[in-house]
Amino acid sequence: MASRARIVGGRLLQAIPVVIGVVIITFVLTRALPGDPAAYFAGDAADEASIQQVREALGLDKSMPEQFLRYVGDLLRGDLGTSLSTGQSVLDDLARRLPASLELTLTALILSCIVAIPLGVMAATAPGSWKDHLCRVFVTAGVSLPTFFTGILLIYIFYFVLELAPAPLGRLDFIFIEPDPVTGFYLIDSAMARDWETFWGAAKQLVLPACTMALFTLAPIARMTRAAMLAALSSDYIRTARAAGLARRTVLMRYAFRNAMLPVVTTLGMVFSFALGANVLVEKVFAWPGIGSYAVDALVASDYAAVQGFVLTMALLFVALNLLIDLAYAAIDPRIGFDGA
Amino acid sequence: MSDTSAPTNRFLAHTLFVMRQNPVTMLAFGLLGFLILCAVFGPALAPYDPLASEGAILQPPSAAHWFGTDQLGRDVFSRVIVATRLDLVISVGAVALSFVAGSILGSIAGYWGGWYDAVVSRGLDIIMAFPLFVLAMGIVAALGNTVENVIYATAVINTPFYARVVRAEVNIRREAGFVQAAKLAGNSDLRVLALHIFPNALPPMMVQVSLNLGWAVLNAAGLSFIGLGVRPPTPEWGIMVAEGAGFIISGEWWLALFPGLWLMLAVFTFNLLGDGLRDIVDPKQRR
Repeated sequence: MASRARIVGGRLLQAIPVVIGVVIITFVLTRALPGDPAAYFAGDAADEASIQQVREALGLDKSMPEQFLRYVGDLLRGDLGTSLSTGQSVLDDLARRLPASLELTLTALILSCIVAIPLGVMAATAPGSWKDHLCRVFVTAGVSLPTFFTGILLIYIFYFVLELAPAPLGRLDFIFIEPDPVTGFYLIDSAMARDWETFWGAAKQLVLPACTMALFTLAPIARMTRAAMLAALSSDYIRTARAAGLARRTVLMRYAFRNAMLPVVTTLGMVFSFALGANVLVEKVFAWPGIGSYAVDALVASDYAAVQGFVLTMALLFVALNLLIDLAYAAIDPRIGFDGA
Repeated sequence: MSDTSAPTNRFLAHTLFVMRQNPVTMLAFGLLGFLILCAVFGPALAPYDPLASEGAILQPPSAAHWFGTDQLGRDVFSRVIVATRLDLVISVGAVALSFVAGSILGSIAGYWGGWYDAVVSRGLDIIMAFPLFVLAMGIVAALGNTVENVIYATAVINTPFYARVVRAEVNIRREAGFVQAAKLAGNSDLRVLALHIFPNALPPMMVQVSLNLGWAVLNAAGLSFIGLGVRPPTPEWGIMVAEGAGFIISGEWWLALFPGLWLMLAVFTFNLLGDGLRDIVDPKQRR
């Protein structure tokens, strides 16, 4: 157990330089945004003097290193600045919209794991068969689909033609009342309030965007599961297990699958990176009120505090997730197993 | 000498063997030829001017307009064909840039190691710490909203993949027998690195190139979909899908469907090609 604590501690320390790098890059990127935020913030009718006043108030007249120090200081106090377009604090904006993005991304990832992992295992147990080829074509097609295009296609089929899905306008139809925010996830909040009508309303809105994203993330997971299962199944310990006469199912699930899950969990980090990026596009297509659509609006308006906050939030979220994945890796690695199996 | 100097005709024979064995790879090469044809001769192949109104607006596909017309009466088929060149130029340009940058960074880091390796590796870690599409958005927004900047941004987010492959391949051969022989024969470090070690990294990198091309096309189209990079009225698949999206809920499906399908076809081709190339260059993956 002591060694596990050391692994965890070491991994946490490794994240620190990455976080510092992320902060520096975010700062440099957004200070280079075109357009003068001071002129934008002061409004169209402002004269030169009032623009200068705004510039000083925002600290834009200082040198870059000074601006950076000021920025880091603000960050440490949890202040991401004020959004020029909404007039609210960026931290509040992001905090209000983050649950929407997370609900969408996590639902999509769970969906895609449920489909992709069995698909990969199925393909690996019968390499070269029609199942394997089907898996390959399906997977390659899935990764070739641009998320924004899949989304539009699904809207056309399920909203316009079949009229099964609700209008692709946000998280909840206006006839429902938003559930009390506890977790910010509408599905969980409405289930906790036992408001099943709202639950179904939210679920219906969620299905199409979540499927869109799941289709996109399916491919890398299925591909990795197949490769990892093939590698595991051709290894010596599987031959030994088979020679010992263990049941096919035991060999497959207990020995091969558990070892094959390690590289798959590592791939999940990469998949999450894709998912967070795809999130921006999917949110735009479905008018989903998450942080992705917030960032797109901010980009158009040269709203640098908001863009900076978004990029930083995404990067920190991703760093934290990779950390979690590495810790999960330690948890499922049979060589470090908790149960001593 | 390095182990890539196998006779060329044997490699060709092997390539042909793989292609015969795997009709899917053959299909991928065929599709690639088709796309290149569209990219090179696009404007000549297109039946109409992609920027001019040629008929009634929002007409569904017909014999005269195979993919229908858009909200300004422009021929969707012509626009889709002409856009091939721009989309391929963006993705090939970006992948070429990241190939070169990744090769240089990775070779130096893998060969000399030390503090340089530490700096490069941490730098790559930081790039990879961003969700890559989000970083590309940030870069394009910061550098300015132009096609060149879309290429640079896509190159930046692809570079770590190449640099890591090259670094690993160079690093394991740094002390290899053939490297020491080449050094003893009086070759400079740079020459040994460039001519003896680096070619060994090429096979895995070619696979990466093909997969990344597909991803670069998706990335560029995604950026223009949210309004970064290419701007209307330039024909580009991402923008055309974005413009068509507004009409899908009123039933004019052809505006978004055809550019989207074309985009998908291009990405699909590159991905299939990547799988096929993997079979050709990596004997271990062969069944």
